[in-house]
Amino acid sequence: MSAAVGISRRRFIIDSAVAGGGLAVGLSLPGAVMAVPAAAGASSASALGGSFGATAPGAEVTVWVVVQPDDHCVIRIARTEMGQGTLTGLAQLVAEELECDWAKVKTEFPTPGQSLARKRAWGEMGTGGSRGIRMSEDYVRRGGAAARIMLLQAAATRLGVPGAELAVERGVIRHAASGRSLRYGEVCEAAARLDVPDPRSITLKKPADWKIAGKPLKRLDTAPKLDGSKKFALDLELPGMLYAAIKDCPVFGGKVVSFDETALASRKGVKRVVRVGDTAVAVVADSWWRARSALAALPIVWDEAGFGNRSSATIDALLKDGLDTPNAFVYRNEGDAPAAIAGAVKRIDADYATPFLAHATMEPMNATARVTADRAEAWVPTQNGEGSHASLAEATGLPLDRCEIYKCDPGGGFGRRGGNQDYVRQAALIAKQFPGVPVKLIWSREEDMAHDFYRPISQCRLSAGLDEKGQLAGLQVRLSGQSINAFINPGSVADGRDERQLQGWFEKPGDAQLGYTVPNLRIEYAMRNSHVPVGPWRGVNTNQNGVYMECFMEEVARAAGADPWQFRRRLMANHPKHLAVLDAAAERAGWGKPLPAGVHRGIAQFMGYGSYSAAVAEVSIGTDGHVKVHRLVFALNCGHAVNPHQIAAQVEGSVAYGLSATFYGECTVENGRMVQSNFHDYPIMRMAEMPPVETIVMPSNDFWGGVGEPTICVVGPAVLNAIFAATGRPVRSLPLRKYNLA
Amino acid sequence: MARLNVNGKLRTVEVEADTPLLWVIREQLGLTGTKYGCGVAQCGACSVHMNGELRRSCSIPVGTVKASDRITTIEGLSRNASHPVQKAWAEIDVPQCGYCQSGQIMAAAALLARNKRPTDADIDAAMTNICRCGTYQRVRAAIKLAAGGVKVAGGAL
Repeated sequence: MSAAVGISRRRFIIDSAVAGGGLAVGLSLPGAVMAVPAAAGASSASALGGSFGATAPGAEVTVWVVVQPDDHCVIRIARTEMGQGTLTGLAQLVAEELECDWAKVKTEFPTPGQSLARKRAWGEMGTGGSRGIRMSEDYVRRGGAAARIMLLQAAATRLGVPGAELAVERGVIRHAASGRSLRYGEVCEAAARLDVPDPRSITLKKPADWKIAGKPLKRLDTAPKLDGSKKFALDLELPGMLYAAIKDCPVFGGKVVSFDETALASRKGVKRVVRVGDTAVAVVADSWWRARSALAALPIVWDEAGFGNRSSATIDALLKDGLDTPNAFVYRNEGDAPAAIAGAVKRIDADYATPFLAHATMEPMNATARVTADRAEAWVPTQNGEGSHASLAEATGLPLDRCEIYKCDPGGGFGRRGGNQDYVRQAALIAKQFPGVPVKLIWSREEDMAHDFYRPISQCRLSAGLDEKGQLAGLQVRLSGQSINAFINPGSVADGRDERQLQGWFEKPGDAQLGYTVPNLRIEYAMRNSHVPVGPWRGVNTNQNGVYMECFMEEVARAAGADPWQFRRRLMANHPKHLAVLDAAAERAGWGKPLPAGVHRGIAQFMGYGSYSAAVAEVSIGTDGHVKVHRLVFALNCGHAVNPHQIAAQVEGSVAYGLSATFYGECTVENGRMVQSNFHDYPIMRMAEMPPVETIVMPSNDFWGGVGEPTICVVGPAVLNAIFAATGRPVRSLPLRKYNLA
Repeated sequence: MARLNVNGKLRTVEVEADTPLLWVIREQLGLTGTKYGCGVAQCGACSVHMNGELRRSCSIPVGTVKASDRITTIEGLSRNASHPVQKAWAEIDVPQCGYCQSGQIMAAAALLARNKRPTDADIDAAMTNICRCGTYQRVRAAIKLAAGGVKVAGGAL
């Protein structure tokens, strides 16, 4: 992202979301004073007993590597670790080039303030779009390699031998001819004084030669997650801390008119009731439970801003109009799909729909802020440290170099804690009203459900024509629904030309390319925006579009009387990587082989986040309509596989996320507000519903793809297609719990 | 005022009787390994043991807890993460974000305390905590390992 001092929060969000990861240009900070805000912040941060920022003692050889006299290597991680394993993967990549001892690797996260003060030495911090590794692998590996070269050079000088005569393994530098050796810790100070070699002059190792990267190593961050010692942002305690509970206008777009704080007069521990911007009210107390209880008892009058009459029914009608309108953005128009379909021997038509979905991270939104007249700090579970930084600056009115963010590993992110830093802004606005006092804002789960940036709602109309040989002659897709870009940056897609919503149907290779070649193809999008805020959501548009495309493809294959795997294969000759994962999943699953009575298979493939995914599901349906998923087989080509063990964990996680959406997920609107409020009416899949997952990681080693998100988009369609096989009826609207399959 | 026996220590706290045990544990006692996830006993992030039984502390008013009730939080489950469940969790590399894992571990420990060799069906019935990262497959494998089973082949094929 690019950003400049004084830009608005909204502008910052646009840049971070649209420009994306490593494509970013350098940070331009006209007139900024390069103070080191972390220096001031470090003292208060360390008072927590936690460690925030790049503070480890030792010799900083390159910005990515600090070597300590006892040979520990501290690897700096700029991206967020929120469960996806990026911390371990990035450390593996640096350690591989550094040639250090993996058992002596530690990590730390530079702060956004430190990044600012050092002219963005660690590059992009934002972590979303499955970009954490693929968009920073090159420069972090070069940072590790540069440190190795410098350590070797320092050793060569110390030993008085040519560098070419030295070899290094696990942080021990050996001179074979003389039998002498030096440890990294012995030469780190000297190495740190050398000039850093030009990164472009460095030849990186070939993946075939990797010893640390590419291996199924355990995560580096597990131990404190086993005994309760890991401090999430929600767990922070500071001396004199106050606690805030917040309620934003339940009707999106509405405002606070008034509130009656005299109703709380007799409540213990309540310090004050404060307005937070135009839309929210917070109660600040000496404990969160007291704040939350008081807030629940606080009479608040809202201005619903005319949105109080909006409902799921009005939004569905809005989207239906988008299916019917002749005016839409025509994204792909190859051949003449309408004519091919009209002239087809057999025609298939279907309308599909998917609802709004909440992220429901396990750790609810929260942030702790401390604001004085000339300085602001915030402890934030964030996917986007620089976005948090900008939000803090904007909310407090202080320049960026007077603000600091201490990034806390989020208890889940899934896109909720990235581009939109609403909870940071709120914490700052509250803390500003208590100068010098740290205030911890915690959202209740109910607030979290009521004020998400939901996965966009959409409907999709698909039409296909089969020729006399049963081949797909034409395919037409009309997507109607809400646009993330339109919410974040309306001006960017004012004409409705928003390709992002068509993720998975892209023509160009490399990101989210459609894996089928259809002689006559037309892909259209009719933007229809409701008053409900939308945003990225793990896998976002590939999920909805994957259901539409792959479930419809199943309908078409069956209408053609063809095997669903083979029908797809015939359309994929021009897309060998898509085809390879489809074949791998089908073969591993034993496609075509007999199954136990009542068990049926479904297959799907789709592409997103630079990686190729396919899945086969085995499903049975009980006489009571209960769907049981017996097995899921995945094949994933993510280009390079930095840690196959963690990649498999992400695939398993994508199953839980994808099946929760498929079976249960639905946020509905009544009276302008969200109906669902907690896990009783927004159910999440649990252990008993988790099928055994088999993951084939099949890197082709010629590109860098994402891992955290790509496979979700095939979870739903594989299962839904198996249900279709079982019932003979397609499922065209989610979630499944609305259907009676008995 | 309430008197609580938490992790073997008797503690006195000044709170309203309707305060959920979860928030007393977290804010008054400073034991933050026990998490807030939903507040309505749905997700299990707040799981603790009370007299050896698994309980969701977000829905227990502290006024109903007696000083004789023995409460164990994740911090008191073992010394140095030495409980078989914690060791199995480390071996299988279960956690992702880790936020729900205190609750998952407390639930698994309670299961194994009353059922030394749980079947898959037993695990399904007992392990109802929500994990949004989706660690369920590895939670299951770790429970089996902790129960004395062999390490199940996991990860990538």
